[in-house]
Amino acid sequence: MSNAPKSLFQKVWDAHTVRELPSGQTQLFIGTHLIHEVTSPQAFAMIRELGVPVRFPNRTFATVDHIIPTDDQSRPFSDELAEAMMTEIERNCRDHGIQFFGPESGAQGIVHVIGPELGLTQPGMTIACGDSHTATHGAFGAIAFGIGTSQVRDLLATQTMAMAPLKVRRIEVTGELKPGVFAKDVILAIIRELGVNGGVGYAYEYAGEVFDRMTMEERMTVCNMAIEGGARCGYVNPDQTTIEYLRGRRFSPSEDEFEAKAAEWLALASDEGCHYDDVVTIDGSKIEPSVTWGIHPGHNLGVSEAIPGPSEVPDDDRAGVEEALEYMDFSAGANISGIPIDVAFIGSCTNGRISDLREAAKVARTGKVKDGVRALVVPGSVAVQKQAEEEGLPAIFTAAGFQWREPGCSMCLAMNPDKLQGREVCASSSNRNFKGRQGSPSGRTLLMSPAMVAAAAIAGEVVDVRKVATED
Amino acid sequence: MSNDTLIKIEKIDGRGCVVRGDDVDTDRIIPARFMKEVTFDTMGEHAFEDARKDAKGEHPLDQERFKGSSILVVGQNFGCGSSREHAPQALMRFGFQAFIGGSFAEIFFGNCTALGLPCVTLSPEDLSAVMDAVELDPEQNVEIDVQSSKVRCRAGEFEAGIPAGTRKMLLEGSWDATRVLLEAGDQIEQTAAALPYVQLPA
Repeated sequence: MSNAPKSLFQKVWDAHTVRELPSGQTQLFIGTHLIHEVTSPQAFAMIRELGVPVRFPNRTFATVDHIIPTDDQSRPFSDELAEAMMTEIERNCRDHGIQFFGPESGAQGIVHVIGPELGLTQPGMTIACGDSHTATHGAFGAIAFGIGTSQVRDLLATQTMAMAPLKVRRIEVTGELKPGVFAKDVILAIIRELGVNGGVGYAYEYAGEVFDRMTMEERMTVCNMAIEGGARCGYVNPDQTTIEYLRGRRFSPSEDEFEAKAAEWLALASDEGCHYDDVVTIDGSKIEPSVTWGIHPGHNLGVSEAIPGPSEVPDDDRAGVEEALEYMDFSAGANISGIPIDVAFIGSCTNGRISDLREAAKVARTGKVKDGVRALVVPGSVAVQKQAEEEGLPAIFTAAGFQWREPGCSMCLAMNPDKLQGREVCASSSNRNFKGRQGSPSGRTLLMSPAMVAAAAIAGEVVDVRKVATED
Repeated sequence: MSNDTLIKIEKIDGRGCVVRGDDVDTDRIIPARFMKEVTFDTMGEHAFEDARKDAKGEHPLDQERFKGSSILVVGQNFGCGSSREHAPQALMRFGFQAFIGGSFAEIFFGNCTALGLPCVTLSPEDLSAVMDAVELDPEQNVEIDVQSSKVRCRAGEFEAGIPAGTRKMLLEGSWDATRVLLEAGDQIEQTAAALPYVQLPA
């Protein structure tokens, strides 16, 4: 073994390498495999057909999030297809001895919310899930990948997958964020800077003063959207914030071995002087509250800016900007601030955690949801829901005219009954503004931070949250 | 797909179909509401469903001239967004066996390889030439030669990008990875046992 300085990515990759495959790819051991109801049933069918068992049922954990209703969760679900998917994951977990965090477990929630809160996500792990937002877990200094169903099959059968190593790009965000600027704005700014496919072939290492100061939940929001910038994986080096978050969680190391583990975790951080394939620096003090105006997350701008026209972008982006303006029915040159909204959605694996709901509630206290706007608050998990109840947040939201729902993915991708109708415009704390993403083929999504969504719900239009007087 | 037989993919040819535009995401390829299934059987019926409805019969997948095509020619960053394998499954079940594009999103690319669907890239100039040629004369044969990393059609022969590892997997028939991964045998448990957080299953 060489003593050359290594990045965290390299250390974790090396520790999990089973062997080099004849193709030149690496056979990588995945320590924690998370599954949910949408991308796993076909994989279980495939291993049944192959006649192989689940190799590491003790390192496979399941929940239900995508299809679960957020109004009435009593069984059977009113949607027969949703009920069939639920029954299938229950059966598969039972048959293979996999721990299932369903609603009755008291620990159900969006897979990328419950992993961290249960302490299943720890520094130095490899984690995979049939969901592209798996990079969320990188906030802990884990290497976490979104995968397709064939790879879910590979993991069930072997707990390994074939993968080529990634390059590492360090993204340093320096300085201090201005008030009203959140983790969501940081990742939108990164995607705006590097593009929606700038991260292809890379793992993103997020660093710099802004990340050093962030809470774990804020780091999760940034890592969550690595894939929106094309990067399959993003991470933050573990530090004292990581350690304190993990102390005392259900699957965290026990008290008597915790300090020793914590020391091991800290040692995983990228070594001084290690090789990076690329380094990018972004001035955090220049980031504004951001809003998307188009049909992918790279189509975003500061709330004080005007929507760009085709002539203002590089040639290669022109057709995309024209397509986006046409779909959104927005005019080039118009301010994003003042665009009317019909729906407000607070939730998702990006921004459905307790700190997100607290920030939104601060804004919700200042007024009432505008007449004609439908506003939903969907906690990311049962634990988030309970914590919010203890803090009295549901009462604040409902008094302001928001609906307070049961946990799930909900209107982020609208596989449950929570959907946009027709051409509705939704201010959303989720992660994708693709055409039709929120359940209506012609629906329109504006991504922003939870506080910005709450402000938009009250104003009935996109507003700068910095102009909302909250008691802080 | 059986793991008992190795299916080597050296060459794919057939008629092409062109879907222009960059950053075509997997929600567009298969809207999430159609994923409420425990199998992939129905995915082909819903490939590009919303985009096709919107185009009222004019979408390339509905145009008579592209009927029966097996190679889809696309722009940059095709398949970005969600990791859903439902997207390549939908396109495969619709009839496509390979993709030629400017670039592909990483998870989509991996999902395609796992299904034995080659994704090859061309330079912007070459891609534009192939797109124009196929649109002008959709009857022509388009060939993806994995062995020599070439795309051929009436517009000429073009250097195609395909990562060496992926190319090898396609040529050797090891793209259906489970069998290859299982061959590691006890090495898997040995790697696991050395990790501080993993206990071997009872």
